[in-house]
Amino acid sequence: MSDNSLNNLPGGFKGMSHDMGSDQTAFKGVQWGKVMMWIFLLSDTFIFSCFLISYMKGRTSTVVDWPNTSEVFSLHVGGVPVPLLLIAIMTFVLITSSGTMALAVKYGYEKNRKMCGWLILATAIGGLTFVGMQIFEWSKLIHEGVRPWENPFGAKQFGSFFFMITGFHGTHVSIGVIFLFIYARKVFRGDFDNGKRGFFTTMKSDYVAIEILGLYWHFVDLVWVFIFAFFYLW
Amino acid sequence: MSDEYNQKNVPLEAQSSDTISGTSGTPSKDIDYVRPAELPEQDLYHGHSFITKWIFCQDAKIIGVQYFLTAVFTGIVGLVLSWLMRLQLGYPDLVPFITAEHYYQFVTMHGMIMVVYFLTALFLGGFGNYLIPLMVGARDMVFPYVNMVSFWMFFIAVCVLMASFFVPGGPTGAGWTLYPPQAILPGTPGSNMGIILMLVSLSLFVIGFTMGGLNYIITILQARTRGMTLMRMPLTIWGIFTATALAMLAFPALLVSCIMMTLDKMLETSFFMPTIVQAGEVLDYGGGSPVLFQHLFWFFGHPEVYIVALPAFGIVSDLISVHARKNIFGYRMMVWAIVGIGGLSFFVWAHHMYVSGMNPWFGFFFATTTLIIAVPTALKVYNWIITLFRANIRMNTVMLFCLGFIVTFVNGGITGIFLGNVAVDIPLSDTYFVIAHFHMVMGIAPLMVIMGAVYHWFPLVTGRMLSEKLGKWHFWFTFLGAYSIYFPMHYLGFIGVPRRYFEMYDSPYVASATGLNEFITLAALIVGFSQLIFIYNIVSSLSIGKPAGKNPWKANSLEWLTPEVPPAHGNWGEKLPVIHRWPYDFNVPGAKEDYITQTTPPSEVISAEVEKT
Repeated sequence: MSDNSLNNLPGGFKGMSHDMGSDQTAFKGVQWGKVMMWIFLLSDTFIFSCFLISYMKGRTSTVVDWPNTSEVFSLHVGGVPVPLLLIAIMTFVLITSSGTMALAVKYGYEKNRKMCGWLILATAIGGLTFVGMQIFEWSKLIHEGVRPWENPFGAKQFGSFFFMITGFHGTHVSIGVIFLFIYARKVFRGDFDNGKRGFFTTMKSDYVAIEILGLYWHFVDLVWVFIFAFFYLW
Repeated sequence: MSDEYNQKNVPLEAQSSDTISGTSGTPSKDIDYVRPAELPEQDLYHGHSFITKWIFCQDAKIIGVQYFLTAVFTGIVGLVLSWLMRLQLGYPDLVPFITAEHYYQFVTMHGMIMVVYFLTALFLGGFGNYLIPLMVGARDMVFPYVNMVSFWMFFIAVCVLMASFFVPGGPTGAGWTLYPPQAILPGTPGSNMGIILMLVSLSLFVIGFTMGGLNYIITILQARTRGMTLMRMPLTIWGIFTATALAMLAFPALLVSCIMMTLDKMLETSFFMPTIVQAGEVLDYGGGSPVLFQHLFWFFGHPEVYIVALPAFGIVSDLISVHARKNIFGYRMMVWAIVGIGGLSFFVWAHHMYVSGMNPWFGFFFATTTLIIAVPTALKVYNWIITLFRANIRMNTVMLFCLGFIVTFVNGGITGIFLGNVAVDIPLSDTYFVIAHFHMVMGIAPLMVIMGAVYHWFPLVTGRMLSEKLGKWHFWFTFLGAYSIYFPMHYLGFIGVPRRYFEMYDSPYVASATGLNEFITLAALIVGFSQLIFIYNIVSSLSIGKPAGKNPWKANSLEWLTPEVPPAHGNWGEKLPVIHRWPYDFNVPGAKEDYITQTTPPSEVISAEVEKT
């Protein structure tokens, strides 16, 4: 669908009522997959909201004090505890990978197969680095005696919520990384240019798929910002 | 045809609704004009082998039937469990193997099966899959492969649920609400493998349902045929659509509470577990909040009620309209009522928790929102009744079930107003009044719609009619029987018989209830067995039923207008249908026949005074 025809639609609220009142599609010129990803992400938002609200409830109602997060999460560099160091690097890596993802989408639409593929690979490696650092942080905490069922620094819910929520987010990142590698391969092979059919779905696909994957990746990134704020800054 | 989809140049310019509908365009314009196709033809996978055609099938219609049969199978298990419960309540100690533990397990599994695995799966998975692509004029769901995976996830979830009957300790007996801490502590039946399998099964159900739900929503939003505006969709689709949207936002809370409780059970975290002393021993748990679970559960649980009810509202509106030969009264109001009920349903969850202990102002707030829901709901009931008023009613089985639905729903709805008020709820809470209320409003009422819908759409699915004679017997047994079960339960509740009690022993105040309990048990057995009439009717009509032919009910909506009956894979043959009107043009003044199908162009019914839609 050319951009030209989309420009002829009315804008603003009038456009919204026009689109909703029209036949065939409610979101004009938006591919099925993209709508699906948006609605899936809305649903996923509710999952993470439930997790984070439960966390807030759990944290505010424990009888034992919550551990001092800037101490628990600090890294010792040359014997000096530096709070937020690891997490700052993790956040930086993840947000950078969102940047490379956005560039990959741009090059994808420009049909620049090579750049697109390399940028997706870069995103995947950023995601892998993030997961690696998360594993490091988990093993550090586990080494110090923090478990889902106990916590030497204070309320035991700290360990429970921390491992559960970062674990759930880490699973999202890992799934994203797997798909990024698959899509990088698809891009390099040219599946989106020559309309090769999917192995499972038997459907053709095009560069919109990169944007849909990008939506997911940015979402995972955005959720991390909230987890970061609620766990490390509170 | 020049206005078929054209990849290079798709005119998407703004058009007023006049030119979309074509009914009142300027005289120079073609009155049959419908905007050209925006989207290319859907690419479909056609199965070749038995396995890809019937088992791992990507055709939404087959998937719908698969969902339907699986859900009905679990529903029959739930029905048998309810018999066992009733036998114990009516005739204590009659059946030797029903111990208190088993009784709680039956209560739990009956509740969970009926609400989640039977009604939700049947309405959204069954009717949703079958009807959505047909009614909006699509060739199939937008992601057929994901749709297939959705069914198989549901199937695995059912298998895991059934497996819990066969593990040591049996299924969980925590009550269908699975309240912690008791759900996962020893002393509750099935507190080991039973509860774990239940939580795993629910999580699988949510994952599977999310896949299906995305399909339903996007098919409705983005894959309608030419001329099919949102406000020309049958109310069935509006009901299923809104219910699916609710499910997409409510099931996350269930998934989260399942994950957290699984961790509480398996890793001894304390999300929901306070400090507990059991048999003089302090357990390792501590610091968690059981009420948090209740909030999460009911944030899912209340929308769940409407996930079941809204498709029923939608379907019954269509059935009433077709069999009363009259347009549904206040179509737009009906749509907005469905959407309004759906929206409100997210703000009422704590009315299930009036006795859990909360700030009185909270109770005030939730009582208010709960009673506000009565407004759109009552509006729908009035509209159904006004639709029937002075209509040309066909008094067939489908219509009987619709009337049965209205009566049952009004009954259950009015008791809901009782229970929505905090002050009235507190004495009635946890009595048989509650059981009567929710079985009337979300058990029997949707079931009436399901049965009516089966009588209505069976000719479409199989090409044969069900027997009317058997159908009427089935209706009267079911309707009168169900009333004999649940109507006396209101009285039991008023005299204070508590729910979930295994036996009343010699409590003097319930002595008067003994006879009533026996009566209810007998009625439950009869109603259950009378479903054999239904099953016999379905099985025998498959081979000896009267051939239905095309559009046997003379309905307007698209599902009856396919080139083949039953519809083939891809639904529409060569060309997608083009829609010119809503599906409710019955008995239009000036029209030759008493119905004008959605695909009839205005030029063919030039003298008919149709509604402008």
